[in-house]
Amino acid sequence: MTPVQESTAAPLVTAAATVLPAPGAWARFFDGDLWYSFRTSPVAVGATLVAFVCVFCALFAEVVAPHNPFDLATLELTDARLPPAWEAEGSRKYLLGTDDQGRDILSALMYGARLSLLVGLASVLMSVILGVALGLLAGFVGGRTDAFIMRVCDTMLAFPAILVALLINGVGHAVFPQAHGWLAFAVLVLAISLTGWVQYARTVRGSTLVERNKEYVQAARVIGVAPLRIMRRHVLPNVLGPVLILATIQVPAAIILEATLSYLGVGVPPTSPSLGTLIRVGQDFLFSGEWWITIFPGLMLVMIALSVNLLGDWLRDALNPRLR
Amino acid sequence: MNFKTTLLATAMALTCAVAQAVTLRVANAGDVQSMDPHSLNETLQLSFTASVYEALVGRGKDMALKPLLATKWSQTSPTVWRFELRKGVKFHDGTPFDADDVVFSFKRAAGDGSDMKGVTAPIKAVRKVDASTVEIETGAPFPILPDTLTTLAIMSHKWCEENKAEKPVDRRKGVENTASFKANGTGPYRLKERQPSTRTVLVRNFNYWDKVEGNVDEVVFTPIGNDATRVAALLSGEIDVMEPVPLQDVERVKSSGNLTVLQGAELRTIFLGMDQKRDELLFSNVKGKNPFKDKRVRQAFYQAIDIEAIKSRVMRNASTPTAEMVGPGVRGFQPDMNKRLPYDVEAAKKLLAEAGYPSGFEVAMNCPNDRYVNDAAICQAVAANLARIGVKINLQTETKNTYFPKILRRDTSFYLLGWVPATVDSHDAMYSLIASPTDKGQGQFNLGAYSNPKFDELTAKVQSEIDDKKRNELIREAFKVHQDDIGHIPLHQQSLAWGLNKKVSLVQLPDNRMFFKWITVNSK
Repeated sequence: MTPVQESTAAPLVTAAATVLPAPGAWARFFDGDLWYSFRTSPVAVGATLVAFVCVFCALFAEVVAPHNPFDLATLELTDARLPPAWEAEGSRKYLLGTDDQGRDILSALMYGARLSLLVGLASVLMSVILGVALGLLAGFVGGRTDAFIMRVCDTMLAFPAILVALLINGVGHAVFPQAHGWLAFAVLVLAISLTGWVQYARTVRGSTLVERNKEYVQAARVIGVAPLRIMRRHVLPNVLGPVLILATIQVPAAIILEATLSYLGVGVPPTSPSLGTLIRVGQDFLFSGEWWITIFPGLMLVMIALSVNLLGDWLRDALNPRLR
Repeated sequence: MNFKTTLLATAMALTCAVAQAVTLRVANAGDVQSMDPHSLNETLQLSFTASVYEALVGRGKDMALKPLLATKWSQTSPTVWRFELRKGVKFHDGTPFDADDVVFSFKRAAGDGSDMKGVTAPIKAVRKVDASTVEIETGAPFPILPDTLTTLAIMSHKWCEENKAEKPVDRRKGVENTASFKANGTGPYRLKERQPSTRTVLVRNFNYWDKVEGNVDEVVFTPIGNDATRVAALLSGEIDVMEPVPLQDVERVKSSGNLTVLQGAELRTIFLGMDQKRDELLFSNVKGKNPFKDKRVRQAFYQAIDIEAIKSRVMRNASTPTAEMVGPGVRGFQPDMNKRLPYDVEAAKKLLAEAGYPSGFEVAMNCPNDRYVNDAAICQAVAANLARIGVKINLQTETKNTYFPKILRRDTSFYLLGWVPATVDSHDAMYSLIASPTDKGQGQFNLGAYSNPKFDELTAKVQSEIDDKKRNELIREAFKVHQDDIGHIPLHQQSLAWGLNKKVSLVQLPDNRMFFKWITVNSK
């Protein structure tokens, strides 16, 4: 908190007189509108806390989780389908119960969340890179390039995301028939990211069209800066704002898409279940009263998706000058 | 409205209700793969097409042989059988059925792409004697020939020619033809609508040659892959009959007032197979050699599997662990040989080390997830068991639409399969599942190509042995050879569980076939 006090303790008048050193990046951040808006928004703080707990558990699953559900050798089939610890037949060994293969649900949640988050982040990163590059190119170059890229976008938008993802995933598995481990994972990420880039491309193109005709770009052109450099150094930073917001909204969407794919049985292998796989497997046991197998992974997914989504919403509001 | 018109209206409404067709809505976990009765030798496939296409010989409710398209049969010599065909039978399109159709159908089922070669292989020739008599000659004496013919559907020669469907649909190569989507048989039901993976509708054939016991006019068959959804459909009354009831939901379905679950022992044996032919496995990290060629490795896998835990936890006790490739109820089952090697992780580890894999190895396993009861869960449990002896299983579970073509092409190293001998006789399992594969049909489902000449020799002897006692001895000896080799790893016999609305009365056969002609739907 020191930087905040320091800068607030320096009124403008004295600043002009005594010439304080310029505040550092952190100081500027904590003094800025963004931090204030964050501090005063209980939703944002709450969402961050929840997201932090989820990400922490996912990142440090090895340390935090009581069992390793992906290590098949440690699974006890005889412990399968035990209810949570507080139920009559529950065991303290498995706090949230076990699934049909004797996996500890609590540990499976953490490992599964890691898988889901990894897929979400990796695929969003890939779609951002792809979408921003193509959108920038389309907006800046214009003409036929623009028309071509945008028609590809339109075509992609005409298909539901899940269908495109299924298609790419199917092709991926046809090319690598026995894909497992990282290869299956890569195919999955590719499938999801190739369905998500369109939105970025369209957003970035729109912003680029606006920025392209502004004075600073024209000035850069006049003094002979290469087009690629203008795109990278001048236009890109100015169009990145909306992209960041879109990305925070897309992360949960990607996680849910992965869950859907795994739910359909084309995602990650059944021996290392993601949240989506856990929910699918558990759903079969709903009628027989073994609710914990599907409810807990479902809650976890809701928690992650909701918290990241709320953060994205808040960020959109905070960064949008028109909403202030 | 005066009294007369009311009466008239009521009468009309009643007549309408009486005339309304009785519809039976059936759901299964998976779809019937094709309408072509020669395309896949699988229970659901054969069971469904049997309502449309008929064979020469059928089975009654007690599983005993019954005449269908053949009225009687006899042997004129040890290798020649004479079948008298039923007269006056017509295909659905009106073409009369005769001996040419029989000759054609046998040729078709023995040809390229057919999955029924296991049935046609022992047959040397099929000859037309006159329009309503055929002679079937076998290569060697084959006393159970009529038993094997129950799954071989008779198709119309004329129709197949007109529709360019002379050759069977080939599941392995993905070749389709008209017979996949249309049908023209002699059976009690005709195909009205076929939407693969969605809906298949059969309607009553009112020109059927026999009296139909049941009262179903229309059968709507829907595949519902998701267990919970299928149960929900039954509970909500959206469907009348479904199969299989997921084991975890048996109690739930039973406790609902108007539903019931029919359970019974099934003849099906679930087992694991291993590629024992290739010099290097297709999907393993062991290069330059095939670990499954070593009996110690196969035994290690066998002994590492905790079958009792699978029975109690995965199968909820609705399975019978087995040491044999055929179950009780199949002719040739040996009760005293049904002893599994003990579950022993330490012994398995030791065997694996002796074979030269002290720290195990990696191999891919293929498994269906909508074919047998809890198939994917069994495979996961097996993978977990094998992890304890250091074997890393890369498990691939998938729907049977993609699973069967893959393993039938033998694109697998380690797989799970289930088998019901269609003849209710051990010879079928010996011949199709265990004997060395040949291009004639022997070993067509021996997908890991286990091979022992001694076993092949015994299979040939069993085929032509007429004396029951001697035959049983031969079967016994053959099974002993296979058991000593650990050619396959038998797991268990699963139980049947059909869920049905109480207004439906039907017959459940131990080979898990459902004949719509025996189903009655009572109006409430």
